[in-house]
This record gives sequence, C-alpha cells and structure tokens, in this order.
Amino acid sequence: MSMEQFQDRNVGKQNYFTVDIEDYPVTGMDKFRRVAKRTFRGELFVGLWVVLREMFKFDIHTVQYPKEKLPIGPRYRAIHQMQRLWESGTERCIGCGLCEKICISDCIRMDTRIDENSRKEVTEYSINLGRCIFCGYCAEVCPELAIVHGGEYENASEQRAHFTLYEDMLTPVDEAISGKQKEFPGFGAITPYEDERVKKTPLAY
Amino acid sequence: MSMITITIDGQKIETQEGEFILNAARANSIFIPAICYLTRCSPTLACRICLVEADGKQVYACNAKAKAGMEITTSTDTIEQERRSIMEVYDVNHPLQCGVCDQSGECELQNYTLELGVDSQSYAIKDVERAAIDWGHIHYDPGLCIVCERCVTVCKDMIGDTSLKTVPRGSDPLDASYKESMPKDAYAMWNKLNKSVIGLTSGEAMLDCTSCGECAAVCPVGALVDTEFMYKSNAWELRQIPATCGHCSAGCQISYDVKHESIENSREKIYRVMNEWNYVSLCGAGRYGFDYENRDVNKDEAAFTKALEAFQKADTIRFTSTITNEEAFMLQRLKEERGYRLINHEARTFQNFLREYSAISGTALYGSDLKETHDANFVVSVGTALKSDNPNARYAFNNSMKMNKGAGLYFHPVPDPVIEGLGKNVMSINHAPLQEEVVLYLILDLFADKEQLPEAITTYLERFHGTKTVTVTETIKEEVVESVAKIVVDEESGEEKEIVEEVKKTVSKKVEKEVEVQSNALLEMLGAPENFNDALSKYLKKADTFSLIIGPDCYTHPNAKNIARLCALIEKYSAFKLVMIPTLTNTLGVSLICDLDEEAGSYAIGYNAPGDFTLSALGEGDLDMPALNQQEGTLTSINKRVNPTNAALDYEGYELNDLCNALGLESELTVDYTQRLPIEKGFQAQKFDDLPNHYTNEGVEVRGYLLENRGVKTDNDERVDAINTDLALKEGSIVYLVNPVRQFTAFTNKTEQLHTDGGLYMSETYLNESDFNEGDTVTVSTSLGELTVTIISDNKIDGAIACLPTFDNNINSEALFSAYRFTSASIKKV
Repeated sequence: MSMEQFQDRNVGKQNYFTVDIEDYPVTGMDKFRRVAKRTFRGELFVGLWVVLREMFKFDIHTVQYPKEKLPIGPRYRAIHQMQRLWESGTERCIGCGLCEKICISDCIRMDTRIDENSRKEVTEYSINLGRCIFCGYCAEVCPELAIVHGGEYENASEQRAHFTLYEDMLTPVDEAISGKQKEFPGFGAITPYEDERVKKTPLAY
Repeated sequence: MSMITITIDGQKIETQEGEFILNAARANSIFIPAICYLTRCSPTLACRICLVEADGKQVYACNAKAKAGMEITTSTDTIEQERRSIMEVYDVNHPLQCGVCDQSGECELQNYTLELGVDSQSYAIKDVERAAIDWGHIHYDPGLCIVCERCVTVCKDMIGDTSLKTVPRGSDPLDASYKESMPKDAYAMWNKLNKSVIGLTSGEAMLDCTSCGECAAVCPVGALVDTEFMYKSNAWELRQIPATCGHCSAGCQISYDVKHESIENSREKIYRVMNEWNYVSLCGAGRYGFDYENRDVNKDEAAFTKALEAFQKADTIRFTSTITNEEAFMLQRLKEERGYRLINHEARTFQNFLREYSAISGTALYGSDLKETHDANFVVSVGTALKSDNPNARYAFNNSMKMNKGAGLYFHPVPDPVIEGLGKNVMSINHAPLQEEVVLYLILDLFADKEQLPEAITTYLERFHGTKTVTVTETIKEEVVESVAKIVVDEESGEEKEIVEEVKKTVSKKVEKEVEVQSNALLEMLGAPENFNDALSKYLKKADTFSLIIGPDCYTHPNAKNIARLCALIEKYSAFKLVMIPTLTNTLGVSLICDLDEEAGSYAIGYNAPGDFTLSALGEGDLDMPALNQQEGTLTSINKRVNPTNAALDYEGYELNDLCNALGLESELTVDYTQRLPIEKGFQAQKFDDLPNHYTNEGVEVRGYLLENRGVKTDNDERVDAINTDLALKEGSIVYLVNPVRQFTAFTNKTEQLHTDGGLYMSETYLNESDFNEGDTVTVSTSLGELTVTIISDNKIDGAIACLPTFDNNINSEALFSAYRFTSASIKKV
C-alpha cells in the first residue's frame, strides 16, 4: 500500500499561482478610455443586424418554448427517478451502492442501515445536481433498474437540490401499484433478448 | 529443519523441509487457489481446491509437506476439472444477493468463481431453509455460508475458545448419479458440505466467548458479520488507515476503515477495524474498541494559555503509558530542559524489574517474543491473567498447544475456565497470591541445568527435595487355589457322588501399599495437583522448545527484585526463552525512554492521569489531547518492535507537541522526534515516514524496526534471596486487580460497543458459595481505602477471588491496592 497520502502533511500550504491576466484599469482616465473603446467599436450593431435580418425573412423555426415543448428521446438523460416494484410498491433500490461507486463526478451518496426485518434499508439518498454531469452511469450500473433518468429537464430553481430529494424522486406508491409507473427503455433498461442470454441455475427438483 | 529445494511449475524455490507446499508457494508468489486454509492454523481440508500434483500424485497443497527435490505442478486437466466442479458446487443455491451482502466484493467465492471461469451450473440440490441467526455480536447467515470452516479452525487453533463447530444441515442426500458423474474430490467435498452448517459448541442461542470477532474477519463470504457493522457500508467506500492497536502491549497491526459519517455529516468516522488475519489475530478490544477518539475538539486558546501557566507552575508530570514513544520522549525532554519530575508508577515498576533482570542476564531486554511462544511446544505462564493482560499472549499459548502438540502450565491464583479449556495438555496451578517466587524456584528446580547453576542455588533447591511415604492402591493379580465341590456321576455304577477338586484361579485384588516417593516441597507450597509430576513427565516427552511468559503480578510483587533475578537465571540456565508482558500499551517504550521519579512534587500536570492541571485524550481534562487513533507516532510492543501508527481521524485541537514548542522545544511535527529516540536504549535513528507497516506473503512482519537488545554490564553476582515464607495476604477475602476480557483502560470503555459499567467481578462458584448475589451493592475495604461497587457475575473466572477492574474511571480501584495486584479486603453488603 502506498503510504504517500499519510506522508503529505502539507495541508493548506499548497503552491497556488495566480493566473496571468491584464491588469484592471486603476485610474479614472484608464477606465474612461476602456468604456469609450468598447462603446464606439460598433460590435453591438453586428449582432442587432443579424436579428433584424432574420426577423424580416418570416421563416422562423423557433420552438415557442415554454408554450411548445419538443418530445424527449427515450435515451435522454434528465433528472433521476427512483422506481418502485410493480404490484407491491416496494422500493427497488436495495442499497448496493454501485451508483455511488461508479459516479464519476462523485455526486451520489447514500446512508444504509439494517432494518427491523434484517434487510438493508436506504435511509438517505442524495444526488448533488451541482456536480452531476448526467452521464447516466448510475442508471446503467443499477442491478435493480431502480435509478433511471427521467425526462424532466427543466431544473431551473433556487435550489437544485430540491429535485433530488429521495421522496420526490421515488414514484408515488399508488402510481406504482396501479401500474402507472413508466418503465424507461433508455438508460438502465435491460437490453432486448436478455432472457435468452441468461444461463439459468438448473432446478432439478 | 533444513532448507530444501523444490520445483513448482518449473520454478525452483527454496523452502524449509516439512513446510506445507501451499505456504512455500505463497512465499514465492506462486498462486495456488485455496479457501479453507489459514496460515498458523491446522489444515482443515474442507475446500479441497488447493489440489496439486506432487511427483505425479495428487495431493492437497495445504497439508502436503515439501520434501527435497519434489516436483509440483499446480494445474493439470484433472485438477482444473476438480476445481471448476468445486466452485460450481459452492455456487449451488448460493443466493444472488451480492448487492446487499456485507462482503461487498471482498468475497473469495466471487473471486474464485470468476478466476475459474464458472459460467454455468451443472449441479443442483433442493435447498433447505437456512434462516439468518443473531449470535449477539456476530450475525450468521447460513444461506451465504460455504462451510469452509475457517471460523471453526481459527476459533480452535488460534483463539482457543472453540465456540464454533459444524452442525447438521438436515438436507436431502445428494443425487446418487453424481457419485459417478462428478470429479472425485468435488463429490467428496460436496457430500461433506451438504451435511453441515456452522453452529455453536455450547448449544446455547447466543455466543458466550471472549468475543474477538476473528471468526467474522476470516469468513471468506458474508456469512459471518459483525452485527454492529451490518449494512453500514460497502467495503470499497472505506479508506484503510494502517495503524497499530493502542489498547495493549501486543501492538497488533490493524487498519482503521474510515468513511464519512453520513450524508449530513461529512466528518470521518471509523466503521470497523480489519487485520491481516493470516498473520495477526485481534482481540475484542482491538476489533470493536476503535471509536475512542477525542471528538469535536477545537483550538481552545484560553485553555492552552492556562496549560502553559500550569507548566510554569508545575514541578511534576504524571502520566500513563497509553502514549506514543514520541510523546514519552517529549516528556523526557521537558524533564531535561525544565526539571519536571516524571511520575508513572506502572512503568517505573516495569523499569525496575527490567533493571534487576539485566543485572544477571546482561541484556537490557528479555530475550524472546510472542513469535517464539507461537513456535514453542512447552509454554509456562507466571503472574499474569493471560486472557485479560495480553490476549495475544494467550493466542500464542493456545496456538503452541494446538499446532505444535505442545503443553502448558498456567500458574495463577485465579482459576480461569478459558485457559483450562484450551486443551488437555494445559495444567492450571492455582497457587496462593504472593507465591510467584516459589513458582520461579520450581521452574529452576525442574528445568535448569543443575551443573551450571550457581552452587548456592542448587543447594538451596536441594532443601526442598525429600521423600515421603504415600499410600498407593495397587491392583495385584493373585493366584488362589479354591476347592470346588462337584457332583460326578460314576459311569460304571451310575451313582452320583460328590468329589472335591482343587482349582487354580487368578483374581485381581486391590491392596494398599506404602511407598517412598520423591517429594518436592515447592509443589506442596504451590498446592499443585497430585498428578503434577506424572502429567509433567507426559508433557515433556516431546517438548524441545520452551517459552516462559512473565506477567505484571511479578513486577508489582513485594519481592519483585528477587523475582526479576530468578527470571534472568531461568533464562540463562534453562532452555526457557523469556518474554515479559508490559503492563500497558507502551509501558516498554516509556520505561526505556523516560527517567521516572518515585516521589511527586507539589503541583502536578496530569497527562491522562490525575493532576492539578490535566491534559486528557478522553476529553475530560482541562486541555484536550488527541487519542491514539488521532495521532501518528510509534508504539513499542511486547515483541520489542517499534511499530508505526497513523492518524485515522482528524484532530483540530492542541497536542503535546504544541505545548512543548511553546515551552521551548523546537519541532514542527510530533513525528520529527521519531528519529531522535534514544539510540543508546536500542532505538534507531529512523524517520517516521520510512517505517514500513505490513506483512509479506511469507508472513514476515515488516513493521517499524526491532529494538536492539543491548548488552548491559553485570557484576557476575548471581545471588538470589531465599523464598520469603512470611509473605502472605491478611485474612479476609482476596481481591485481584484485573480487567475483564475486552477492557484495558478508560479508552476501551469509551467506545460505543464496549462501553459498560465496571463492578466487582465474582465467579459463579463464588456467588453460589457466598451470600452475595449479582447486582448487590457492596463495599470493598482494604487498609488503604474503601469503595462501593456492584457485583457482576463473570463466568470467565472461577474460584473464590473477586476481581476489580481498572477500566472504569468511576471506580478508583487502584487506590485500594498498595502495588501488588492482589490484596485482602473485606467485602460487605450495603
């Protein structure tokens, strides 16, 4: 085992360096000169002209978002959802921790414990959306098809964390029981013909 | 044992003659799959996967011994077939719950299934119900169990509790056709596997052992798990911090497994302790007593200033030996610079003992270590409650019984069912307290080379020899002539007539006879059992390597000086190799590094000890200090090894080094002192960062460095005092100062899993024979003080000696004792 990490006691004394950028104008004259330069360059009008030209063509393809929304492809990777089992409505997540392990931006964490029935229970589950890069590895690695990417991409909010509260990500129980839960064919779903590929344990009895 | 050359897969390797092939291969980085074998334990032959071909014959690598010139092939077609079938069998009915299993990938079943490329299953049998069982601190899931019996083996051969065994599984017999169709070894292995699961030897519902948790550590799958750890964390999330256990002097290598506490709290926490179970076995304190860190400490400047003021005022520093060598060195430097008196009675008694020992032995330290005890086949333990004082010494004691067909003598006043249960070849001699001197004289008498021994001692020992007449009952065979009346019919006359015939017969008859036998007054003084001599001669038949373990009772004995000299004589004039158990974690280090004083001054700083101003790693003092799992530094173990330990957890507060710097010693880091430890005492000038901390494949301990056992000038005076027969405890109940298993200090008691209230421990026999009951509040009073405690029943001791612990800070038990660990006291109900 490498002992390097234990031998580096240089906490807080790393060699930081400053980025080499042009100095900010200090005197009033320098500031004025910069404003004048930026104002009379005329770059603003280049952009305005493009808009004006397109406006008069009357050939607009713009989707009238948010009134209009394009359908999302099944493999689109938006905000995660946690699925439940059909019929019983039990959470699919078994707390194996593979999503936590595979996450390349290290944004998933979970707390587990042993519950009253001696089963592994997930007590807390969190995805840090500030770090998530929506790569979809978590959904792909999930052995239970528990975590999937849904189609909810509108995640502008004061707190992005609000989208990944465990309770909110979970399919509501009644929806799961009544069979309204959507199975995603995209990331994390099993590939077609999986049944033929799996070798079964012989049950001779 | 000589070195021989064998060939494995064309590679020539050197190994000891008689070494198991598997060990020889492992030592040379040749891979032979094996599941059930544990280094240092006897081969179980449960898995049979270690099949190899030696000189054209299939053997099991774990129990076949290497012979000179042996040609070994680790893989042939038949062997591969066997292995593949064995792994398929192991996979039969094994639940596919790897996602929630606590082994979380550190699974030998997974590894070998992949290694041998098992991608389909040819065998099947109806499963039986195997529900998970809670055994207290261990959780057993028979569904996951592959019955490799590693837990059973380690519990018997290493730990000595023998708490686990295999019990019937109750499943259907295997399909008869498998016998023909399956490879032979795979079938035999399955046949056995199919009949058994693991159960408790006691037949009780809960485990009642010394709770070391080694069974869960060695489990190759997730069948045995520490109940506390269950479903807490996956193995891969835990960061392993190589360290040295800080609870006792064994200095076991451990790794603290740390991870953030929870989603809300990202501060790190220790989840479990792991060990290299092939080479080191932990006790329950090491395994479960890990969270004794000093939490939530910040740099409290006001307290720091006060501490500095206190240091200006103080003339004494009182401390315990639960500190690192570096800290001990700092205290010594403070003494040199500022003239403090250093008070540590427990280390001082050990220091004095070593000094007296050196006066005859000519070496600064005892000659042996626990490794040699493991390898010995006759072990004697004197003056120590082995299972409490140093569990590893007990493992060594047990291991030598089991692996080397050895025998052992356990001299101690408190009868110990755990030690007595180690095997038939262990004799426990429960002498009266204060008789340790007699024990050592007895050992000299029995084992020392009388020709070499100073004449005065030989003559002295001769005085104890005598003859006595004992009455023995003998069975003798005697020929007797009996007259038997018979009725015979005369053939001629047809008359019946009675004739008397004489018949010879042999009958056994018991007679009592008086015989003269050699007697040894020493044995009588110790109250040794009648059959001592017979048993001893039986034990000694095969004994050729001897080990003597000396414990803390001897250091605190009123005649400790004489005892130390006797120890040195035994080492010098007999085949015994001597190892002493240092009382606390770093007692040996402290006693080497510090000049300790006898008398305290008027104002004392206490470091983890009482004082006018206290520094405490327990978080109870005036200024907080880091606990041993928050510090880096070195600890000196019983094996005379300076072991490095790393900080497992953050510590934000002040440490001793900050105080020392403020007081004028200049050192940036505590570990800068590592290379300055006194070379004249046997330490080496090695940088802390250069100290390794691991074991090799061969099982060689590459940890820190060994202390040099330096020579000491002697005056060739080998006189020892005669036994002081006046020594005896006063009338009254006897109380012994000892901790129950899994407790050492207030640090073990601080941990979540081990925390408990101490009390007056009494054996079940004691409770039955007295008016006391468990839970009674009693006062224990000696000439030195009085103490009110609750009675706790302890089935790990026996006899009529009560025990007081030192781990509970609420019980100031040490105040009742002068120095010696036994005292007479009066125990009264409140």
